[in-house]
Amino acid sequence: MLTKEDHRLLKVIAEDCRLTPLELSVQTGLASEYIRKRISDWEKEKVIVDYQPMINWARTGEEKVSALIEVRVLPQRGYGFDKVAKRLQKFPEIKALFLMSGGYDLSLLIEGTTMQDVALFVAEKLAPLEHVQSTATHFVLRRYKQDGVELMGEEETVQRLVVSP
Amino acid sequence: MNRYLASHVAGLPPSGIRKFFDLVSTMKDVISLGVGEPDFVTPWTVRESGIFSLEQGQTMYTSNAGLFELRAELSHHLASSLGLSYDPSNEILITAGASEAVDLVMRAVLEPGDVVLVPDPSYVSYAPCAILAGASVRYVPTHAKDNFRLRVEDLNQLYTPKAKLLVLSYPNNPTGAIMRREDLIPIAEYVAKHDLLVLADDIYSDLTYDGRHVSFASLPGMHDRTLFVSGFSKSYAMTGWRIGYVAGHADLIRGLTKIHQYTMLCAPIMGQIAALEALRSASEAKNDMITAYDRRRRLMVHGFRQMGLDCFEPLGAFYVFPDISKTRLSSEEFAAELLKEENVAVVPGIAFGPSGEGYIRCSYAYSMEQLQEALKRIRQFVERRLAT
Repeated sequence: MLTKEDHRLLKVIAEDCRLTPLELSVQTGLASEYIRKRISDWEKEKVIVDYQPMINWARTGEEKVSALIEVRVLPQRGYGFDKVAKRLQKFPEIKALFLMSGGYDLSLLIEGTTMQDVALFVAEKLAPLEHVQSTATHFVLRRYKQDGVELMGEEETVQRLVVSP
Repeated sequence: MNRYLASHVAGLPPSGIRKFFDLVSTMKDVISLGVGEPDFVTPWTVRESGIFSLEQGQTMYTSNAGLFELRAELSHHLASSLGLSYDPSNEILITAGASEAVDLVMRAVLEPGDVVLVPDPSYVSYAPCAILAGASVRYVPTHAKDNFRLRVEDLNQLYTPKAKLLVLSYPNNPTGAIMRREDLIPIAEYVAKHDLLVLADDIYSDLTYDGRHVSFASLPGMHDRTLFVSGFSKSYAMTGWRIGYVAGHADLIRGLTKIHQYTMLCAPIMGQIAALEALRSASEAKNDMITAYDRRRRLMVHGFRQMGLDCFEPLGAFYVFPDISKTRLSSEEFAAELLKEENVAVVPGIAFGPSGEGYIRCSYAYSMEQLQEALKRIRQFVERRLAT
C-alpha cells in the first residue's frame, strides 16, 4: 500500500524520470536516502518497470509504420486467452497487447519499418498461430497524442506580461 | 491636460510594479520571475465550455449578480471547501475579477475620514482603491520573524477610532505567508472589539501547501463582519477571463451590487459559463497545478538558501520572498542590477509596501527549466555581491 508521500514521489518520477534522488529530495521535501530506498524497492517489485524516453519518430525523418490489429482468438480451457497472449508478447514487433471487451479479443500495436514488414508479420507470424481465428489490420496514419502528450502542431505559446502584480 | 485630472487621481503614485515593468519591457531575452499569474493555460474542459457558449450564441448580459447557476455552484463549493455558508440568491455577487470586488468593497463601505488597515507588504491595489474611495490607509507591518503573519500587537500600535475596514489577504502576495486558525482568532477578537469590517481577499486560498486554508469568515461571529473576496484567476489559471466574486451579508452585498450595476452591469457571460465548468469539472486539473507549484516552491526556497540568503518558507500562493539585505543593496537596486547584469527580472519588495524593503518577490509560476536557469543566474549575481 502506497503512503501519501510515496504516491507523491511516484507521480514526480512518472513526470520526469531523469531527476536524481537529490533533485527529487529538493522538490518533494522527502529525504534522499528514503527516496533511494523506495526507488530500489519499486524497481525490484516491478512497480517502476522501465525508464524510457518518448520519441516522436515522425520528426526524425526515419520511416516507421504502426498498425493496430484486432485479433479474434479461440479461448483455451483452463487458460482463456493467456496462453496465446503470453506467446504473442514475446514478439519484439508487438509494442502493446491488450485483452479487450467487445467485438474482438486481443488488440495489438505493431511497429515496423515498412508496411511490408507489418503485413508479413501478420501473414507469417500472427494469422497462422494456433487458436487465432481472424485478424483485422488498421494502419496508423498519424499520431496526434500519445501517453498523454500532444504531438501535433506547435506548442501553445503563453504570452504573459513580463511583470504583473 | 493634467489640470483636468481630479487631484486625488493626479496625486496617486503609479504602481511600483508598473515602473519596473516599463524598465523590463525595454530589454530582450529576459527571464522574468515577475509575473503574478499562473503559467498554465486554462484547463481545456473550461476553455471548451467557453467556446461552446459562443457557438450557442450565449452573448447577452446576465443579471447584475451573475448567473444564478454559478452562484449556486459557488455556494456549494464554499460550503464544502471552506465551511462557509452563503445564500446564492442574495449573498454572492459575481464580479469582473477579484480586483473589481476589492474596489466595490472599498467604495461601498468607505467615506472620507475613514481609515483602512492594510497589512504590509501586500498586494498593490488595496491602498489606491481605499484612497480613491476617499479613505486613508495605515500600513500594519508584518515581519519575517513572525512568518509574515499579521499580529494583534502590531494592529494595536496603529489603532485609530477612525479605522473601519481591515484587509486580510492570505495566502499573501508577495510573501506567500498564510494565517492559521490560531493566528486568526486573536484578529477576530480585535475586529469584534473595535467593531471593524474585514475585506478577506482569499484569491489564493486553493494554493496552500501545508494543510487547508482557513477562511477568516468561517471563524465564530465573523461571517457577517467579513466580505469574502475570491475568484477563478489563480486556482484555475483563468486570469484573462476576469471572473471573481464577493460574498457577505445580504445588506452589504446589496450595497456593492448598486455600484456594480451602474459601473459594470455584469461580469462577461462567457467567463461566467467557463467558471461554472471550472467548479464542476476542473478540480483534478487544479490539483495537478498545485502539485506542480509545490515542487517549484521547494526548489526556489532551497535555491535561495543555498546562495546564503535567508528565505522564509512560503506556505501559500506562488511567490518566494527572499531577504536580500546581506547584499547591502536596496530592493530596487537589487532588482535593477540583477536585470542589467544577468537579465533576470524580479520585483523589488518595496513595490508592495514599506515593509517589503530588503526583499524581492520571485514568482515560481514558471517551468522548472526556467526556474533553474533563473536561480543559476541569481546565484552568480549574489555571489559577486557577497564577495565585495
